[in-house]
Amino acid sequence: MELRGKAHCFGNDVNTDYIISGKYKFKTLDMRELAKHVMEDLDPEFAERVQPGDFVVAGSNFGCGSSREQAPLALLNAGVGAVLAKSFARIFYRNAINTGLPVVVCDTSQINAGDELVVDLKDGMLKNVTQGREIPVQPLPSIMLKILSDGGLAEHFRKYGTFNL
Amino acid sequence: MGKTIAEKILSKKSGQNVFANDIVVADVDFRMGQDGTSPLAIRAYQAMKGEGICSPERAALVIDHSAPSPLEGVSALHTLMREFAQGKGIRLYDIGEGVCHQLIPEKGHVGPGSLVVGADSHTCTYGALNAFATGVGSTDLAAALISGKMWFKVPETIKFICHGRLPLGVYSKDLILFLINQVTADGVTYMAAEYTGEAISQLSVDARFTISNMAIEMGAKVGLMEADDKVMEWVRAHSDNKFETVKADADAEYFAVKEYDVSDLTPYVAKPHRVDNGVPVGDVAGTPIQQAVLGTCTNGRLEDLTIAAQVLEGRKIHPDVRFIVAPASRQIYLDAMDAGVLKTLVQAGAAVVTPGCGPCVGTHNGVPSDGENVISTANRNFKGRMANSNAFIYLASPATVAASAVKGEITDPREFL
Repeated sequence: MELRGKAHCFGNDVNTDYIISGKYKFKTLDMRELAKHVMEDLDPEFAERVQPGDFVVAGSNFGCGSSREQAPLALLNAGVGAVLAKSFARIFYRNAINTGLPVVVCDTSQINAGDELVVDLKDGMLKNVTQGREIPVQPLPSIMLKILSDGGLAEHFRKYGTFNL
Repeated sequence: MGKTIAEKILSKKSGQNVFANDIVVADVDFRMGQDGTSPLAIRAYQAMKGEGICSPERAALVIDHSAPSPLEGVSALHTLMREFAQGKGIRLYDIGEGVCHQLIPEKGHVGPGSLVVGADSHTCTYGALNAFATGVGSTDLAAALISGKMWFKVPETIKFICHGRLPLGVYSKDLILFLINQVTADGVTYMAAEYTGEAISQLSVDARFTISNMAIEMGAKVGLMEADDKVMEWVRAHSDNKFETVKADADAEYFAVKEYDVSDLTPYVAKPHRVDNGVPVGDVAGTPIQQAVLGTCTNGRLEDLTIAAQVLEGRKIHPDVRFIVAPASRQIYLDAMDAGVLKTLVQAGAAVVTPGCGPCVGTHNGVPSDGENVISTANRNFKGRMANSNAFIYLASPATVAASAVKGEITDPREFL
């Protein structure tokens, strides 16, 4: 699974209310509508600027806060190809894998906005093409890699009818 | 080798002898969703081609986040939930019943040793009853509804030992805001928290819920406590189910043990826009406020309303402050009426709204205006949390919120006690 995109950088503790504000997410199941407001409070132009496959790059504790899956779904529907962070909040991490949004734990401190990145989830390698350097990636637990490679937990259940991990 | 509470519950529910970092698929005792998360869970259930719910009597859906519905779109989602619940034989607690995290314990669905998943991050609240209860997303909830199971990484545990007794005017809310400030918002990420010590034993069960409720604000998967006589009495008064209490072994292995003497703790306030941004109330005393909120799954219980009423007895809230009160459940609403607590609050100037989450999550019932300061008993003060990213939210105990509502500025409640 090789992913390629440009970096959009954010700080530490990006919570789920920043990813998609409560004032939008309770009203609708239309994720394309929510995607228009993704990261709005941190970067009002992000939703317009992000190109399909681009990466959200952040510091530690990305996705802290609520359990709402609208957060990874809004990112996915905005075209985000993966989220790279030093660490993730637990529920967001599970939700991202379950909904098919790749999440990558790595040292993001040297990545700059606009850097072109290539990630290989299986081999656990991240290449910063712009800077010409490789960054080691924490491998996904095999149980999560299995869910992600099935296309998310809904697809996994559709295939097996229960947990087959 | 000894085990933590988390290791014991997950061993029992998976039928395996497991320790921290093992991965298990375990049987879940109860599953819960609310109106912010259930619609997506229903959609995931459909995508999974679910053909029925495993033990539907061990699940509940709760309409509390936007209750009653403020918008047409929300009404459609509520209808989706009602139809799904009826079709699948799942219990649905409709508007006015209360906040999910009050209802699930109050209706007797959870007790010592239970394994519970809820599609709401504050599901960790039930840890105060010695239950392994954790928040999940909608897709996980759908999988748990279909299979009756969930996969878990067995968490490592950080034990918090709180020595001493909380002084007058200092409450469990102050204690948990202090602890979160000490370990930060991701200090316990991926791990279990165990809260123990004299300061915890001294607390009522109502007050303990406040601490376990906010375990997620230090990143924890669960906020566990042992079940003492107070817990057993509380559980027996609310449930006919049989529960087995779970104690940590003396030789259990902890990731870390943190000890605090809380005898000299002062009231604490978390400043905008981070829950771990806590300071002693004196540091922010005098900050003007325009709105005060008493309620939520953190502090909307009878004891919380009673403490606020003690501060407000014979007093009026400041003319420049809106004071919004949301009891955590219909039962608490009734109990507060019977005790005269509600009358005191309303006479002081409170606007009482339907039991539910509205003001805390910004769906309705008190969205602040640009530039306003709010003091709230809720558990989150993120920018935009109350639906206005230009407002500023301070988190505090019911006593501090009530005292601040009277003076129109952040106030040390000990002046009133």
